[in-house]
Amino acid sequence: MSTDAIFHLNITNAAYIVAAILFIVGLKQLGSPATARNGNRMSALAMLVAIVATVVGNDIASWEFILAGAIVGSAIGAFSARKVAMTSMPQLVAIFNGFGGAASAVVAAAALIKLIDDGADIAQDVSITIMASVIVGGVTLTGSFIAYGKLQGIVPTRPILLPIRNVINVALLIGMIASTVWLVIDPSMTAFMIAGAIALALGILVVIPIGGADMPVVIALLNSYSGIAGAATGFVLGNTVLIIAGSLVGASGLILTRIMTKAMNRSLANVMLGGFGVEDGAASAGSDDDRPVTSIQPEDAAMMLAYAQSVIFVPGYGLAVAQAQHQVRELADLLKEKGISVRYAIHPVAGRMPGHMNVLLAEANVPYDELKDLDEINGEFQRTDVAVVIGANDVTNPSARTDKSSPIYGMPILNVDQAQSVIMMKRGMSSGFAGVQNELFFLDKTQMLFGDAKDSVEKITAEVKDL
Amino acid sequence: MFDAEALIIALTVFVLAIFIGYEVITKVPPTLHTPLMSGSNAISGIVIVGALLVAGQADGIAGQILGAVAVGLGMINVVGGFMVTDRMLKMFRRSGDKR
Repeated sequence: MSTDAIFHLNITNAAYIVAAILFIVGLKQLGSPATARNGNRMSALAMLVAIVATVVGNDIASWEFILAGAIVGSAIGAFSARKVAMTSMPQLVAIFNGFGGAASAVVAAAALIKLIDDGADIAQDVSITIMASVIVGGVTLTGSFIAYGKLQGIVPTRPILLPIRNVINVALLIGMIASTVWLVIDPSMTAFMIAGAIALALGILVVIPIGGADMPVVIALLNSYSGIAGAATGFVLGNTVLIIAGSLVGASGLILTRIMTKAMNRSLANVMLGGFGVEDGAASAGSDDDRPVTSIQPEDAAMMLAYAQSVIFVPGYGLAVAQAQHQVRELADLLKEKGISVRYAIHPVAGRMPGHMNVLLAEANVPYDELKDLDEINGEFQRTDVAVVIGANDVTNPSARTDKSSPIYGMPILNVDQAQSVIMMKRGMSSGFAGVQNELFFLDKTQMLFGDAKDSVEKITAEVKDL
Repeated sequence: MFDAEALIIALTVFVLAIFIGYEVITKVPPTLHTPLMSGSNAISGIVIVGALLVAGQADGIAGQILGAVAVGLGMINVVGGFMVTDRMLKMFRRSGDKR
């Protein structure tokens, strides 16, 4: 190796350390909304440093293909980032996860081709990491695309349970181990291709039995996989910046997965085994509840709100479906002008991915300091005059605290039932995802306001203005 | 690529990075979890570094094309991920902030 090459190598490694530090500091700045934007820019800068260092520090033989790939990729990325609606953010993240996984798998393929062409002995740890990279990458690719399909409604959102799925899964796992052993003993593209095909099939089979309501967990988990696939590729190439950045993403995805499963009162194993929500039809048959509920009109709701001192809005995904975020914010502004305290209680599973509802409300110009999470707001309900629930259901069901036989028993809920009075905006009396009747509907303090959320909120706002 | 010693170093880096990631990311508030996901998505585009290495060192046409495809996929993540995260974070404002 010439001194020149050593020099280049050192500069590259130094740049990688700088990139790693920038990634970590950038993520740290995501700890507060005030610094988050800057943090994201730091991560982007870190990426630029890593890319430039790689290009400068290595002899890149041919540019044409690389440039073509980079230009096409950047254009697709920029276009989707600009065009995507905030409600479709989970789909975008799912697709991007898939691309990340695919990239890792493809890099592993190219690395293996090069090693085989060179005819050198391939060390065991290299062949194992190549397999790890293609397997995790392949599962991430197809799993993410199925998750995207379910979120977008292209693939049926209900759990699809193949009759002998456990047998198939076990057979695929055995095939995967066998092909890995094959590749380690005798490096060949055939073994690699078999492992890749199995990984792609497994990604589909792992995600189709999972119901649409559980997709937030799946996306968080696949997010983690895309990071782990990157780290595995780092092991293949002996590249530290890949290992560090990949691990950071892997850790992030795992933490979010845990937060979501906790908020849903499920174990990860329970989500992954799938089938949740299959009995929905049977369970909701029990919701022909003839107990009386109190129903009110928008005018009554306007009176309650206008004469309250404190109001908490409890938005659920139904709010986003009705596209009523802007109307709710207008109503909130109006109440604030009257000196009423307004806050929003956000359950972790309020949207279609972790933190989704916060983004949807931020888009409607709701200040982030009014958005309160479960722990912050739950003690406040008893001091609140009116809680307005819009398009949320299971996360407000008090049975989760008391009824041991309920499927949602133990799930952390918002203590809406402790507010002085409750306005529940809903289309009808149907039950939520868990298929259980919400005891909140039947409390004396609860007033049901039936109808389209956007329409109802607009009417309330008009009434409050006239008061 | 790897000898035993280099593998140990790589594993050390891996384990330490997981710990740092855990410590840093548990401090991200729920309000920012979606931007965290899209931002970390962009970071997982770091695999582009690997793509550049294999594409640049490939001898045959197959390796070059695979490298270019990986570069393209990585760039979608990097450019799309950082841009969409910025678009979201731009919307977050405190009460009283005018824009």
